[in-house]
Amino acid sequence: MSLIKYAIYRTFTMLLTLWVVSILVFAIINLPPGDYLSNQIAELRATGQAEGVAKAEFLRREYALDRPLYQQYLIWVGFIPGPLGFSGLIQGDFGWSFEFDRPVGDIVGDALWLTVLVNLSAVLFVYAVALPLGVIAAAKSETWADYTAGFVGYLGLATPNFLLALILFYYGHKYFNLPIGGLMDPVYEGEPMSWDKVKSILLHLIVPTFVIGTSGAAAMMQRLRANMLDELSKPYVETAKAKGLGPTRLLAKYPLRMAFNPFVADIGNLLPSMISGSVLVSVVLGLQTIGPSLLTALKSQDQFLAGFILMFVALLTLIGTMVSDILLVLLDPRIRYKGRGA
Amino acid sequence: MTSLLDVDALTIGFGDAPPVVCDVSFSVAAGETLALVGESGSGKTLTCRSVLRILPEAAQLRAGQITFAAQSGLVDLCSTSERMMRGIRGDRISMIFQEPMRSLSPLHRLGNQVAEVLRLHRSMGRAESKRCVIEQFERVGFTDPERAWRSYPFEMSGGMRQRAMIAMAMVAKPELLIADEPTTALDVTTQAQVLGLINELQRDTGMAVILVTHDLGVVANMAEKVVVMAKGRVMESGSAAEVLGDPQHGYTKKLFKAAPLIPEVAMPARALPHEDVILDLKDVTKTFTLRAGGWRNPVTVTACKDVNLQVVRGKTLAVVGESGSGKTTCARVALGAEVPDPGGEVLFYPKPGVDPLPVHGMDVTQRTAFQRQAQMVFQDPYSSLSPRMRIGDALTEPLDIHKIGSRRDRREKAAEMLSWVGLNPDMMRRYPHAFSGGQRQRLSIARALTLDPKLLICDEPTSALDVSVQDQILSLLEDIRDRASLSYLFISHDLAVVARIADEVAVMRAGVIVEQAPPDTLFYDPKHPYTKALIAAQPEPDIARPIDLDLVSKGAGSPTTWPEMFRFEGTNVPALRELEPGHMVRCHG
Repeated sequence: MSLIKYAIYRTFTMLLTLWVVSILVFAIINLPPGDYLSNQIAELRATGQAEGVAKAEFLRREYALDRPLYQQYLIWVGFIPGPLGFSGLIQGDFGWSFEFDRPVGDIVGDALWLTVLVNLSAVLFVYAVALPLGVIAAAKSETWADYTAGFVGYLGLATPNFLLALILFYYGHKYFNLPIGGLMDPVYEGEPMSWDKVKSILLHLIVPTFVIGTSGAAAMMQRLRANMLDELSKPYVETAKAKGLGPTRLLAKYPLRMAFNPFVADIGNLLPSMISGSVLVSVVLGLQTIGPSLLTALKSQDQFLAGFILMFVALLTLIGTMVSDILLVLLDPRIRYKGRGA
Repeated sequence: MTSLLDVDALTIGFGDAPPVVCDVSFSVAAGETLALVGESGSGKTLTCRSVLRILPEAAQLRAGQITFAAQSGLVDLCSTSERMMRGIRGDRISMIFQEPMRSLSPLHRLGNQVAEVLRLHRSMGRAESKRCVIEQFERVGFTDPERAWRSYPFEMSGGMRQRAMIAMAMVAKPELLIADEPTTALDVTTQAQVLGLINELQRDTGMAVILVTHDLGVVANMAEKVVVMAKGRVMESGSAAEVLGDPQHGYTKKLFKAAPLIPEVAMPARALPHEDVILDLKDVTKTFTLRAGGWRNPVTVTACKDVNLQVVRGKTLAVVGESGSGKTTCARVALGAEVPDPGGEVLFYPKPGVDPLPVHGMDVTQRTAFQRQAQMVFQDPYSSLSPRMRIGDALTEPLDIHKIGSRRDRREKAAEMLSWVGLNPDMMRRYPHAFSGGQRQRLSIARALTLDPKLLICDEPTSALDVSVQDQILSLLEDIRDRASLSYLFISHDLAVVARIADEVAVMRAGVIVEQAPPDTLFYDPKHPYTKALIAAQPEPDIARPIDLDLVSKGAGSPTTWPEMFRFEGTNVPALRELEPGHMVRCHG
């Protein structure tokens, strides 16, 4: 029961945080002087293209860029009505991208889901690799298994992602006939979902998942190993041994369970670092995620597009932290029952 | 009588170093209790762990045999297979560890952890093992076994956790129980109850017990046979009556001499005059707020309530109480580390007859001056010295901070202090890891003394030390007090330690002082049931005088179970009344 209460409380604080983030995002985007349209108008004026100016002026009014900054913010989020009535993030209208001359929603549409897909598979990859390797490295610490796992891990940490991407593409293509670049075969782009399209996406996911996940997995593995080693020297492990528990069951039931906490708590950190880390990788690998659009938008002060993407990343981060918080409560009775009284 | 366990010429070592356990032999018969007595580093823990073969990985069994009379015949525990060993652990031989706080997994319910033994060794199903465990929980004294089954270890007090550990060790009805310092981490009244429980279980089941301890008082209460160990070798062994009644070996005699005792007192002491006071705690109450914020109501805990204490100049005031009694909070308030609730104040009198300084209302210069005059000695000498600082730097640091003297003066002062505490001034360039626990505590004292303080607050300065070292440190503290005319506020959980050093003792329980008097008065005529319990619970190294468990359980329970005259509930307490001059007891009039 208290868990549901806790989940509601966390959702509430998450929304509050999101609101604060929206203020920060808006403020930071508007820090550089001018905006996309006034820059454009000045340029059009200088080159004497009158009809372009008219359109830009129209857009400026339409998106309330002629209003004071605080009103612009409120309209953007959808707290007060703008020239088009209530149409902000809350109402599901993400604004207009001046750079691409299309609604933001259209531009990011598919890319959003692909971003989530790429990063989720990277996170799963991190956990799937780090968990067994970390446990083995700790259980067999200072043997060849530990050293090998450590060496491979550091190699993964030390290799720049884009380099790893190029190497994997080359050899993946040469030996396994893996596709190069993109997240699906070009024929499926814009097509409705079909089994073949899913297969194509999965095939294309292999290399990016590996590239984005490697360094995270290596770091996570080392952390898990260190945590496990700490736990292995605790007295309760000795108690379990004195009970007559076999080595495997002992390892899985007690120290691993304890070492799991930081492992779970990392979910929240993992998502944002992967998304920001994958921007460059996406550009290099030509993935249709929101990474490349974010880069363009930030460069050209395309404020609605940049703002929306940043808000989206923030939302993912917050959801990640919330999920890990709730999992921790489920996993650790010390958190669940703090103050229940002895 | 054939023996259940025979340890013969056991030798254990690490790497190439000389053995740390050397040629140790003893035997335990069924139903018998053997005590392994020794100080830290004597090899007693390694010896008992080698029986279950749960030694640290680097340890090597170099020689010897451990023969266990299992049902299937004699088994050599040193050479039998790991599989066989797993069958013996927890089933035929089980173990209780020293720290109940850390020896249970915090993430699993008690029921689960205890029932695991039955599932492993008896292949019992869920319902059956639960029934057995609940029964066992009842045996070890849980009033609500069903609740204990569902609880997590962190929801229980240390004594309750140790009971759960005992239940875990006993549930498979082993033939041999190894208890490695089972009560060292517990309060003295809890210790008495846990020891009583082990005794009682042993009577019922007829198991043998190997009790590892450093406390001769515990030995006298529990054991039939005693093995005294030092530096990995057996010094003396024999029946408890022989060894305790007439110790032969010099080391055993030394242990006896060092063991703190509550003295027999023929007459009460005169009241200590409170004319020249150096530190005066007036109506100090301290409440802590737990878990503020969020949408829940804050929960407050009263750590200490209406504490009035006066440290007389040149004398020692001891505050005695078990963990959670509020004694450390008092010390922290006295030093200015915590601010008391409004209404309370702490006054410091730097010299006789001058105006007092309010400890919690000082300006910066007054505070600096106060800090020079009031210093603290901490409990754990292992963590209170920075491992990265040379001794010389650690000792001169207080002088650096207060900008006293030249570099040379500071060095000289540090050297002087080292010789005061009985250490060689040549040691200034060493790091703390080169010193033993007792030497480190001497260093902490030397560091506290470099500023020539008037008042020293000692927070359990000897409770992390061996008995013989404890004895030396207490002598040192007495010596320094008289030499430098210091005043002490001495915090301890041990009445016997306090017996020799204190001029006045305040006994605390549940955040309030329940009785206050000079130690001799307290021992001659204890009035309060809790004080009586504390005195009764002190194990004496004399087999003719066992712990009076009845007296212990009467006073050690919650204040609501005390006799009518002393009973109270929550923070609604009776007043502290002066029954005789200098002897105050909290009771209804």
